[in-house]
Amino acid sequence: MSNVLTIRGLKVAAPNGNLLVDGIDLDLAPGEVLGLIGESGAGKSTIGLAAMGYGRGGCRIVGGTINIGGTSLMEGNRATRENMRGARIAYVAQSAAAAFNPAIRIGEQIVEGALYHGKMTRPEAEAWKLELLKTLQLPNPESFGDRYPHQVSGGQLQRAMVAMAMSCRPDIIVLDEPTTALDVTTQIEVLALLRSLIQRYNTSALYITHDLAVVAQIANRIMVLRHGKMVEEGTAEQVLEAPREEYTRMLVAERQGNLVGETANRQIGDVLLDVSGVHAYYGKTPVLDDISCNLRRGETLAVVGESGSGKSTLARAIAGLLPTSAGMISFDGRRLDRSYKNRSREELRRIQLVYQLPDVALNPRQTVGEIIGRPMKFYFGMHDVPKQKEVARLLDLIGLPQDFATRLPGALSGGQKQRVCIARALAAKPDLIICDEVTSALDPLVAEDILKLLKSLQQELGLSYLFITHDLGVVRRLADRTLVMQRGKIVEQGPTVEIFQPPFHPYTEELVTSVPELRRDWLDTVLAKRQQATA
Amino acid sequence: MIQLILKRVALGILTLLLVSALIFAGTQLLPGDVASAILGQNATPQSLAALRQDLGLDLPAWQRYLTWLHGFVTGDLGMSLANRQPVADLLWPRFGNTMALAAYAAIVSVPIAVLLGLAAAVRRGGMFDRGINIVALAFVSLPEYFLGLLLILFLSVQFNLLPSLADTYSGMNFGDWLRATTLPALTLVLVTVAQMMRMTRTAVLSVMDQAYVETAFLKGLRTKRVVLRHALPNAAAPIVNVVAFNIAYLITGVVLVEAIFNYNGLGRFMVDAVAKRDLPLVQAAAMVFGAAYVILNSVADIAAIALNPRLRHPR
Repeated sequence: MSNVLTIRGLKVAAPNGNLLVDGIDLDLAPGEVLGLIGESGAGKSTIGLAAMGYGRGGCRIVGGTINIGGTSLMEGNRATRENMRGARIAYVAQSAAAAFNPAIRIGEQIVEGALYHGKMTRPEAEAWKLELLKTLQLPNPESFGDRYPHQVSGGQLQRAMVAMAMSCRPDIIVLDEPTTALDVTTQIEVLALLRSLIQRYNTSALYITHDLAVVAQIANRIMVLRHGKMVEEGTAEQVLEAPREEYTRMLVAERQGNLVGETANRQIGDVLLDVSGVHAYYGKTPVLDDISCNLRRGETLAVVGESGSGKSTLARAIAGLLPTSAGMISFDGRRLDRSYKNRSREELRRIQLVYQLPDVALNPRQTVGEIIGRPMKFYFGMHDVPKQKEVARLLDLIGLPQDFATRLPGALSGGQKQRVCIARALAAKPDLIICDEVTSALDPLVAEDILKLLKSLQQELGLSYLFITHDLGVVRRLADRTLVMQRGKIVEQGPTVEIFQPPFHPYTEELVTSVPELRRDWLDTVLAKRQQATA
Repeated sequence: MIQLILKRVALGILTLLLVSALIFAGTQLLPGDVASAILGQNATPQSLAALRQDLGLDLPAWQRYLTWLHGFVTGDLGMSLANRQPVADLLWPRFGNTMALAAYAAIVSVPIAVLLGLAAAVRRGGMFDRGINIVALAFVSLPEYFLGLLLILFLSVQFNLLPSLADTYSGMNFGDWLRATTLPALTLVLVTVAQMMRMTRTAVLSVMDQAYVETAFLKGLRTKRVVLRHALPNAAAPIVNVVAFNIAYLITGVVLVEAIFNYNGLGRFMVDAVAKRDLPLVQAAAMVFGAAYVILNSVADIAAIALNPRLRHPR
């Protein structure tokens, strides 16, 4: 059978002329799923969009051919491409919340493509929509389409986005990180539904992701990309089990992870942070319900849970950003005021925060030196030469060259920015650093380096970490103790080794088993197990 | 949402009350009073006192304010001090003239501005976008009296296409009226189009960068459909706002244009009343202007609330 998509020698250039994709060849057979794997900047999304003849943000396709079921996209005119998009090849974005128009009902947006391209009449499109919504197991499929995007949950919206892409029964569907923004427990549902949908309608797919374990569950073939070029391509088994290239081996090794809790050679001291019976509200909604935990000197406590579980809220309460309504937080034996406004400068200095998004957390108009030097001036009154020396020392410590002090954040990569954020926290010489999803926005290999850095800093400086994350792999590698939260309550807490060993707490088990593994049969096994459990 | 709208309406009423108090207080601060203005140089203290009592000027200020406000709310705008006619009879015909001119200008300028703004946004960075932006900037920078005089110079003096004086009278037929008022209306159109166009362009552009617009393009929709169906509804609130603001300007800010074209509108009427120190007239005109502003701004705010799907359809 002939391929539904054939790409030869594809080149895509950024507006400044840099090649983002350089000479990619790609074939997709009917019903086949090709996984595109790579870190950010590898060009995987660019390839997915180029397959639709589309360049994002002024990017242009400057070379190569794209052929969809016998129609050449690049030779045709604009109308040719517009007639293909949505009808023969459709797109599912990472963030359905942003990809749905907030002012139009979901159902209307789902059927729009089919009606616009004249593929179906209104009743046909409505019937097909209903079938899709049912297949995707959305609640109340008859009335689901009457709602507006802000009225449904993230996981539901992601599934609705799949329905929208399927509206014209396309040959090919481009899935651009479709589960990355979801919680692990939601991800598993969406993943299973996507796979069965693709099989049921024999749709071909380009599955774009940075997560090897996810793609292992769904792809027939995998293509590994780096810097816009192909590293290797092969069947899923071959790439995952016998990677030929060093880069692929690194990706696989990172994902397999290693269970190390090297607490042995670290000095764990007395209790530094003590939280007891803390309650907090957003308006009238309780967000923290009777939270008690403690953290000792030199220790790492991980707080895990899905979005909405209250883990970041706990961090905000400890930092005094969200005043608590009951309970007590004490630090180094002294009670902290519920609001940061009434805490002394010394108390503020000793607790520092590092955030999820380093782009947003750094002032784009200040140099790295000014950013890191600011807490030194603020807390220790340092100026001029001593400050510059201290900035240089910290840059050494976080593994960045000293001449970075004069650069602006815009000239740094994501990982480097996060290092600067860590250096800024260290500049205050804190006892406790609250790390709020510090690696979530980073590529796996970069995240790995940041975790190593945090570990070595802890060894060297005896820091305590409160580590907030949804990534259980990170927890296993870093945390001495773990606290599992759900809907503002503590589900369980204890040494990490015990938490992640059977017998599990039911909720923890759901979390643990939802984390994708590299085994190709992982999804089937988990789904089968869950079916047994409910049966 | 109903609650939000009611709140906005209440706020509008409160603003109007404050405006009325300010207007009343302001006119009280003017030196001299009407009695001495009417009687002029040869007034005796006795006749002054008699006239003051007659006009109610001897009562305390707050009492006069309440009486005036009550009259205003019930439609009694008081008597003109200068020529002893009811203010309402003098004011409403002029107000009608002003509204007619504003409507003429708005009907032309709003669609043109929105369409040009959309076109500029769609062709962002292109020749059309850059050209229209320069022209718009030029018109924004020219004061309206200068623009009006230029138009008179070219369109009536040089080519004799339109009359330079906007003479209107009751019973005039519509064609003549249009011909008489086209020059002032054109001046107002040129002054207001630029700002509305630029705001429309900005509002649409900020929406065109959103992910859902990309989604619409990736569905294979043509640009026209994407802009009208997906971008415009989300850009409507700021556009409605700037349109309301400009309509308010057309009603309240046209004094200079009326003066240039000798148009018998409310702005000129008010300036004349100030010159004659005819306080009830000034107060009434100021109140009408204030009300127009407050009402139009409230309408814009309420429209913005009503256009927000999150407020219209809560979870």
